Amino acid sequence: MKMSGAEILIECLKKEGVKHVFGYPGGVVLNIFDVLYDEKDLELILTRHEQAAVHAADGYARVSGKVGVAIVTSGPGATNTVTGLATASMDSIPIVVFTGQVPTMLIGNDAFQEADIVGITRPCTKHNYLVKDVKDLAQTVREAFHIASTGRPGPVLIDLPKDVTSGMCDFVWPKEVNIRSYNPKYEGNKWQMKQAAEEIAKAKRPVIMAGGGVILSGASKELKELAELTKTPVTVTMMGLGGFPGTNNLSMGMLGMHGTYCANMAVQNADLIVGIGVRFDDRVTGRTADFAPKARIVHIDIDPTSIRKTTRVDVPVVGDIKQVLKEIIKNLKETKEQWGAVRKSWLKQVDTWKKERPLDYEHDDKIIKPQFVVEKIYELTNGEAVICTEVGQNQMWAAQFYKYDKPRTWLSSGGLGTMGYGFPAAIGAQFAMPKATVFDIAGDGSIQMNIQELATAVINKLPIKVAILNNRYLGMVRQWQELFFNERYSHTNLDVVPDFVKVAEAYGAVGLRATKPEEVEPVLREALKIKDRPVFMDFVVDWHEKVYPMVPAGAAIDEMIFGEKKEKKQKFDSSQIKIA
Amino acid sequence: MKHTISVLVENKFGVLSRVSGLFSGRGFNIESLSVGETIDPDISSMTIITHGDDLIIEQITKQLNKLIDVIKVTDLMEVEHVEREMVLVKIAPAKADRPDALRITEIFRGRIIDSGPKTFTIEITGDEKKISAFVEMMRPYNIKEFVRTGKVAIAREGVKK
Repeated sequence: MKMSGAEILIECLKKEGVKHVFGYPGGVVLNIFDVLYDEKDLELILTRHEQAAVHAADGYARVSGKVGVAIVTSGPGATNTVTGLATASMDSIPIVVFTGQVPTMLIGNDAFQEADIVGITRPCTKHNYLVKDVKDLAQTVREAFHIASTGRPGPVLIDLPKDVTSGMCDFVWPKEVNIRSYNPKYEGNKWQMKQAAEEIAKAKRPVIMAGGGVILSGASKELKELAELTKTPVTVTMMGLGGFPGTNNLSMGMLGMHGTYCANMAVQNADLIVGIGVRFDDRVTGRTADFAPKARIVHIDIDPTSIRKTTRVDVPVVGDIKQVLKEIIKNLKETKEQWGAVRKSWLKQVDTWKKERPLDYEHDDKIIKPQFVVEKIYELTNGEAVICTEVGQNQMWAAQFYKYDKPRTWLSSGGLGTMGYGFPAAIGAQFAMPKATVFDIAGDGSIQMNIQELATAVINKLPIKVAILNNRYLGMVRQWQELFFNERYSHTNLDVVPDFVKVAEAYGAVGLRATKPEEVEPVLREALKIKDRPVFMDFVVDWHEKVYPMVPAGAAIDEMIFGEKKEKKQKFDSSQIKIA
Repeated sequence: MKHTISVLVENKFGVLSRVSGLFSGRGFNIESLSVGETIDPDISSMTIITHGDDLIIEQITKQLNKLIDVIKVTDLMEVEHVEREMVLVKIAPAKADRPDALRITEIFRGRIIDSGPKTFTIEITGDEKKISAFVEMMRPYNIKEFVRTGKVAIAREGVKK
């Protein structure tokens, strides 16, 4: 039976199990939107900006583990997706974005609303396609979903000229995908996995450093088993939050620029780092020359390009984390090491570091501390909410003061650091998990980057709780200006911040405000009661507050600075550690 | 260190810019790049000459392998291989110099592929040194135009370094 390209596209999406698509219509995608008009099994969620549609698809993917989908039009519609694509690309999130394109005969003619989106997005997608013939459409969609979701996941873009979506042909769903040049390697090399197990077995001061790959691979259970079996303390990168339970005794929290004292000290004094699904980002390693100077490094990752990119690696293992960890655990179970005895003094030292300088802040009775708001959110949601964040201080406090026990409950733009990510991502997350309590922890700067999505949340009755830590500044940039630019606050003071309560109300959402510490809990409780619309909570917080500890850019990660009262640093000498 | 990397890719539009974009996006330099269809019209072969230390070359080969359209990457530095490039040189020697220019061309096993009342166009293939030497020899004979292809390279049969 002959079908139009638009019908074929929708049929393909249904075959891929897609239920929700985020998007925005326009001239050249009218064929697709016309088919969607009568569609019952596939819901298009209209966002108010294409960037938000892609972030929503990304949030949907992070929470559900499925491929997120967005459809937008050509030209500006397509170029507006670039930030979303780059965000997903840096964080390895599987999404497929369809862009409209002018008819094939006009491509290259500077036609109205034409943009070479395949050219523009080449560096920020895992792969992209321009479909030139409707006959290739089904095959291309099938390949795109396959590429997006396998190996190291990532965004794939398909550009659809108008004559392709209107063209007719027989619909043939390809049974399987076979791309001769794309064969991700899932099984690790046996010998290297054995080496990795031996390194873990013999190490005296090991640290597991787990990243977002653990979550993408669904390997949290295996990671926990490995850590508990070998009594190895675990630190996670920001992308790895939730990959290992934050409340577990072996958890040291996050490492890196705003990591815990304990995690950073442990890494710098470890004799073995087991990097699992991490790409050794500069925010994590600090000055690479001095990263983990005493340690051998085992690095497990599905992407060979991540290995030895920034740091030396002694034992590389390329493969799927879940499979590799299973094999390493199997190997370790065959050894007779008494981990408890071997690691006793190391774990004691780790505990000492934890107690010496836990993450803290000075509570104040008169003014709201932003960290206090995050702590209260944790308390009132029993740690069971899905937390999305924007970027900046709000993001770091959300990472530090909320304990993530489960994977896929922490959504944040890690690699690209995209302000405006959190709110649309929360919309995607709420669609993926309609019953979950979804928070967006935001700053007053970031929330204004996609504030128009209030309309999307209101019309879809999404009870997203947006906690705005309002300090009237681009807080993180201001923090850098304060510490490294002699308090020259060049353009970080957001002189005019809208009345967020009124903004919320104007869109038909609920707006709440807290200006005193005692109002924080009542506001949160009130917000948690609302089930049929989004809530903006304007927490007017202490603008002086900074994110600590902090490793200045270019310093080693044990060269941390702390809040004013805690400048005194202690040096740790690993030779003091006695191994039982 | 200079490396000659041979890359087999799908013969599709946009693949060349994916490869070259990978180099420019990561700040790697391409010294020369030549592309052509292979015996299988669905596959093209690229020969890329680039500079870098071991870590950079490792990243380049890994990143190339990661591109979906790339079928195979071989660093020819790891195997015995032969390299060739071709140059077309158009010279306009003084009348008295013409026999000399022709003689030198013969010595270098070049071929005259076009001639006119004032100019000769000479085709010459060979490795980099031979071509450079020939170009030097031609300098006194009034080089009018000069085009050089990128290098093409192929591994020798079954010989490992």
